[in-house]
Amino acid sequence: MKKFARLFSQLEATNKTNDKIAALVNYFENTPEQDKIWCLALFTGKRPKRPVKTTWMKEWVMEITHIPEWLFQESYSIVGDLGETISLLLPENKETSDKPLNQWMKEIIELTDKTEPEKKQYVLQAWDGLNAEERLIFNKLIGGSFRIGVSNKMLVNALALHTKKEPSMLMHSLMGNWSTETARFEDLIHGKNINSDNSKPYPFCLAYALDSEPEYLGPPEEWQAEYKWDGIRGQIIKRNNEVFIWSRGEELVTDQYPELKETAQKISQSFVLDGEILAIKNGRILNFNELQKRLNRKTLSKKMLEDIPIGFYAYDLLELEGEDLRNLPLTERRSRMIPLLTGDSFYFSGELPFNNWDDLIQKREKAREINSEGLMLKKRNSVYHSGRKKGDWWKWKVDPLTIDAVMIYAQRGSGRRSGFYTDYTFAVRNGDELVTIAKAYSGLTNKEIEEVSRFVRNNSIEKFGPVRTVKPQLVFEIAFEGIGLSKRHKSGVALRFPRISRWRKDKSVDDIDTIESVKMLIR
Amino acid sequence: MELLNFTSKGLFCKPGNFYIDPWQPVDKAVITHSHADHARWGMKNYLCHDFSLPILKSRISEDIKAESLPYGRTVIINGVKLSLHPAGHIIGSAQVRLEYKGYVSVVTGDYKIADDGITTPFETVKCHEFITESTFGLPVYRWKPQNIITAQIHDWVINNQKQDKTSVFTAYSLGKAQRVMKLLNGLGRIYVHSSVANMNAAIEKSGIILPEVSLYQQDMDKKQLTGQIVIIPPAAMSSQLLKKIPRSALAVCSGWMQIRGNRRWQAADAGFAISDHADWDGLLSAVKASEAEKIIVTHGYTEPFARYLNETGFNASVVETRFGEDTNADQ
Repeated sequence: MKKFARLFSQLEATNKTNDKIAALVNYFENTPEQDKIWCLALFTGKRPKRPVKTTWMKEWVMEITHIPEWLFQESYSIVGDLGETISLLLPENKETSDKPLNQWMKEIIELTDKTEPEKKQYVLQAWDGLNAEERLIFNKLIGGSFRIGVSNKMLVNALALHTKKEPSMLMHSLMGNWSTETARFEDLIHGKNINSDNSKPYPFCLAYALDSEPEYLGPPEEWQAEYKWDGIRGQIIKRNNEVFIWSRGEELVTDQYPELKETAQKISQSFVLDGEILAIKNGRILNFNELQKRLNRKTLSKKMLEDIPIGFYAYDLLELEGEDLRNLPLTERRSRMIPLLTGDSFYFSGELPFNNWDDLIQKREKAREINSEGLMLKKRNSVYHSGRKKGDWWKWKVDPLTIDAVMIYAQRGSGRRSGFYTDYTFAVRNGDELVTIAKAYSGLTNKEIEEVSRFVRNNSIEKFGPVRTVKPQLVFEIAFEGIGLSKRHKSGVALRFPRISRWRKDKSVDDIDTIESVKMLIR
Repeated sequence: MELLNFTSKGLFCKPGNFYIDPWQPVDKAVITHSHADHARWGMKNYLCHDFSLPILKSRISEDIKAESLPYGRTVIINGVKLSLHPAGHIIGSAQVRLEYKGYVSVVTGDYKIADDGITTPFETVKCHEFITESTFGLPVYRWKPQNIITAQIHDWVINNQKQDKTSVFTAYSLGKAQRVMKLLNGLGRIYVHSSVANMNAAIEKSGIILPEVSLYQQDMDKKQLTGQIVIIPPAAMSSQLLKKIPRSALAVCSGWMQIRGNRRWQAADAGFAISDHADWDGLLSAVKASEAEKIIVTHGYTEPFARYLNETGFNASVVETRFGEDTNADQ
């Protein structure tokens, strides 16, 4: 546990992917196999059932510390994490424990079938033998979530360095069916549970943003235009009757999209498709916020599958019946793809016909009406490149939406900007009140940041650690790519990629948008 | 008994006709310590502790009219007995004890209970009215003992040295910087930013001996920093200074580092919860030891702290002041 706690704090101390990977490698090199297995399990979301209710833990802490409930809540609101709040409130530990991670996990699993008093006794005793850092880990192991900013990709890259194995094979192996009870570390890293040849993805071909007028691309007939959809780029692979879905982030997400898996299973040929994973209901593409509700869930309820069905807009075919097609021209690849797209949730990302560039400019402006975020331009005779290469694929997004909002919170920046207030929260009007609409970090010049920081220092109303509430006075134009209804946000709406487009010094707080006018932008 | 009034200019002692740590220009100001949110410019006359005097002059101006007192000596101002007592916050920091017609008020300014090895340790002063800070007035803020946190910091520096990295600390130039110097003494050569050097010079005028340090200079050969230590004020984190040190690891030393969210948000390589303010237990023990019948909480987590005091048998209220509003509070 001590090693795992150290790993945890090292992972937290840095934002740099390389440092995180180095910490993981270091942990793998110096840890016995039984603990490594648990580390992999916990970081990939394979965690045992929660044996203790978080409300019990809270009550036990109040009992030990004699802290009233309101003060517990006040502390929790400052810390923002229940497991951490508990670890900080408990008195200093009197004993220490050297139990390894797998021993703790074994005990936690056994705890599930115990009575409440037995559980209480176990947890209190555990707390007494752990310091604040270890307690935090323990609290996370028995309750709460285990989010730590380690993606599957990062974990796999670290494991690849440690084992000298191919990352895509390791990803497939880790994402596959295994349990901490039966799996051995050696078997996992050798992919004994899988056939990795079946799952191996191709590197995605990536597009650059179009930075000039389309006329510069040359004759329009050499180009193919498609709508660009705001979803999740994905590769669907079917080989030897096994189906795999890879995301752009090179994570295996097959189980998140059962409808795509099912359709792929029904297609008789083997293939590799490139396309966009989208929420599609009755033929209409839904807002990205809907799709987001389905992501990273452990279980998908029947209602969820009915309310937010998933579809796949296929735009390229990379492999057919074992043959790599990437060096064929785009038109050829696409004509071979069309016969494959027969099932329910597979769609063909069709061409948008246009006569000349002016015609296409007008069509692009209307893209938002159908929830598209712009156009993709691809050269008809282009091969499928590996990675980002300028010239053949362009994304041509529509201009962003904008609203005027007032700044109500400011937070200091980090690193070289730590002396200034760089992160702001904005609000729009809701009747007589202000309601938070977006948080944005960038978009101002250094000089403007200095000016805003001065304002914040002189006009702060309250402070919560590094955050200041400020007098609602400064108005900014906020640009964003999309907007949807959201239950998780107080305002009822969520903006996609919000950023500051400019400081509206000419406007006062009376001129800002209302929540009604913002909602009218939703399609 | 109204010995102290809270006015728009600051804490006012009416019978004595002077202010304590005022935020607007007044005729006579008693200063608890030389941090910018307590010691401001523009007062006609200043009164502070002996050790604070050179610091005050260095920060505001050599030309200010200022007098100073040692701890424990009583002076009488318009019939009000005034004496200064160690607050343990930074060098020269004082609690102000006022006595008038048998009624005693104590204004703590900022304080901490633990002995940091460099500041005169906090002294309990019994009183009727205790005016306290509460910068860290929540029970999640309980500091580890100084020897444990020192060991953690040493480990971190030694680990950096093994990797040929320069250990860079951000610490407020007055107070935290000297404390960090002291606890790092002997681990390597310590280089300090000019603003820290200026404060060191002012502190040394009082005859206090600080660890030996060198001045960090923009044009110095950065190779000699390998494996050594650099102390910079938090404001310098925003400059190009850090980038100029080829292989550096950055640590932030502040009570706010107690919370993971704050550590992450700072984007530093390490955060050490080391503070010159009293923690939750320290605040409670100071309030209790004062035996005061009336507690006034002036800055920090004022509302929850006062509420908890009231629920546990004290008579506490909150008065909003402009203390602690400096963005550098506890860095």
